[in-house]
Amino acid sequence: MSDTATPEQSAEVDDKSKRDFLFISTAAVGAVGTAFAAWPFIDQMNPAADTLALSTTEVDLKPIEEGQSITVVWRGKPVFIRHRTAKEIEDSENVKTADLIDPEADADRVQKPEWLVMVGICTHLGCIPKGNKPGEKKGDFGGWFCPCHGSHYDVSGRIRKGPAPKNLPVPSYSFLSDTNIKIG
Amino acid sequence: MDTNNMHPVMKWVEYRLPVFSFLDHSLGTQYPTPKNLNYWWNFGSLLGLVLVIMIASGISLAMHYTAHIDFAFNSVERIMRDVNYGWLIRYIHMNGGSMFFIAVYIHIFRGLYFGSYQAPREILWMIGIFILLAMMATAFMGYVLPWGQMSFWGATVITNLFSAIPVVGDSIVTLLWGGFSVDNPTLNRFFALHYLFPFVIVGLVVLHIWALHIHGSNNPTGIDVKNKEQDTVGFHPYFSVKDLFGMGVFLMFFMFFVFFAPNFFGEVDNYIPADPMVTPTHIVPEWYFLPYYAILRAFTGDFLVYQVVSLGGLLMDAKLAGVLAMFASILLLLFMPWLDGAKVRSCRFRPIMAMAFWVFFLDCLVLGYIGGKPAEGIYVTIGQFTTFYYFFHLLVLVPLISRLERPKPLPESINASVLKAAE
Ligand code: HEM
Ligand code: FES
Repeated sequence: MSDTATPEQSAEVDDKSKRDFLFISTAAVGAVGTAFAAWPFIDQMNPAADTLALSTTEVDLKPIEEGQSITVVWRGKPVFIRHRTAKEIEDSENVKTADLIDPEADADRVQKPEWLVMVGICTHLGCIPKGNKPGEKKGDFGGWFCPCHGSHYDVSGRIRKGPAPKNLPVPSYSFLSDTNIKIG
Repeated sequence: MDTNNMHPVMKWVEYRLPVFSFLDHSLGTQYPTPKNLNYWWNFGSLLGLVLVIMIASGISLAMHYTAHIDFAFNSVERIMRDVNYGWLIRYIHMNGGSMFFIAVYIHIFRGLYFGSYQAPREILWMIGIFILLAMMATAFMGYVLPWGQMSFWGATVITNLFSAIPVVGDSIVTLLWGGFSVDNPTLNRFFALHYLFPFVIVGLVVLHIWALHIHGSNNPTGIDVKNKEQDTVGFHPYFSVKDLFGMGVFLMFFMFFVFFAPNFFGEVDNYIPADPMVTPTHIVPEWYFLPYYAILRAFTGDFLVYQVVSLGGLLMDAKLAGVLAMFASILLLLFMPWLDGAKVRSCRFRPIMAMAFWVFFLDCLVLGYIGGKPAEGIYVTIGQFTTFYYFFHLLVLVPLISRLERPKPLPESINASVLKAAE
């Protein structure tokens, strides 16, 4: 036992920086590990695989007459599809983009000008704007009107007046044929 | 506590787990309570009572409720029609929510008037604000469960508030929904959380009461207990009996609504099953959320306060400003102990502050009224003015008045004030 360190000797060993290093690195590894372990419990709240699988909708456009709109359900949300008249297209294209609340040219909002496809949810707080059914109030710009807090949208679905900050969003969609689209 | 006179069984238990002396020290003869507490001090125990009633009625409802969008509405109707006493239990739970908020708002304004948030009760007060937030979350999610039109659209509007957060807003909303709109995953998780949160509230209440018992109750004079013998009495029997009497009166008020006006606080639209394709013409939250809803809606592009805080719209859009203001209206209350710089607690001795208090109280009522009105015409203007005043009171009037006002002379002691009142 004669060669083991006496208490006085070991107290002199300066291992403070070693201890600090061990302490900080252990804590850091622990924190990162905890964060990784927490992620599955957060991510489980995100849309599940079957919810994502239901996320496309196909629509047959043939029955929609010019000047008519329909509402289809996509991902549990209403999607407005409007068969626009030549005048509506012209009016939308003639609006000066720079003057808009959310500047966007009509051409950037459609794939074929006669078909306007957009999510029918007010960008303010999520109500469904009126104007997609005949006889409903269409607002000051002849498109859609959200009664919840008074947002007016034009025939391109762009916000023109009221508290909503953005235009009605255009979902991603593709033409499967001339009269068939797939949304999502 | 004198253990010698105890029943042998109690004594046996007490030796192993001292529950009896614990109760005696927290609710019994050994808990010194200022003897001048008035009826505004009844609401704490009333809140405890309502919490117990909410948990008991809620668990009973959960035995019959189905958290699925295809069955939720009908399962609630089945509770109303077929389940034994289901109508009673549901009406107790529905109106209990309103009673909870009536009691908590009175409880909070009591604290504001008598300066109960001041040192050394800051943490006690802050835990209280967290309880309020947890109650709000619980009630909001509970209201979604019957899956009526207001359930659905209320949930849609409120969850959409988070989309105002820059960059990550939309991802947060998707995370809350578990889908692309308020849908079955949303209902399911709201049920899970609605079940959980009341127990979180129980935990917070334990902390609240723990903090309370460190320095004891404040009192209408706001002065500290100086002489325990003269200024205080044992909680039991004096205040246990007074609290029980208050509970009797409160339960009569509560049961009046349950039996004679069960839908008084409700919205008729919630008896229409949720329809994601039809927005009700007028979406209103439950009455206890109306003041915050008014603050949220006050922020439009032309609101002067918005123009100032956003540096003319540079910093954020009006939607985000409204959301931040709504949360700030509650979170600011956390700072009351420091916004108020007075040395004297109670507004009884601060006449100018008392006046400001009542104007603020009125302002909150007007905000509530405006929150229930459509956002148009004169309502917008009033809503914007009262929103401005809400923040003006907390951020300007309270700090200034509390530091400038010279309070009236304080009574010598709690005992002296009681004796003087008796003369
Ligand atoms: C902090 C306490 C609580 C509050 C403030 C609260 C609030 C609410 C509210 C406002 C509703 C909507 C009532 C309606 O319009 O029909 C509701 C429904 C419901 N709550 Fe609670 N609740 C609380 C505790 C609980 C607990 C502990 C449970 C137990 C699981 C529970 C289970 C339910 C169920 C199953 C419903 C749906 C049935 C119905 O709508 O009547 N609640 N709650
Ligand atoms: S939700 Fe459409 S205007 Fe507010």
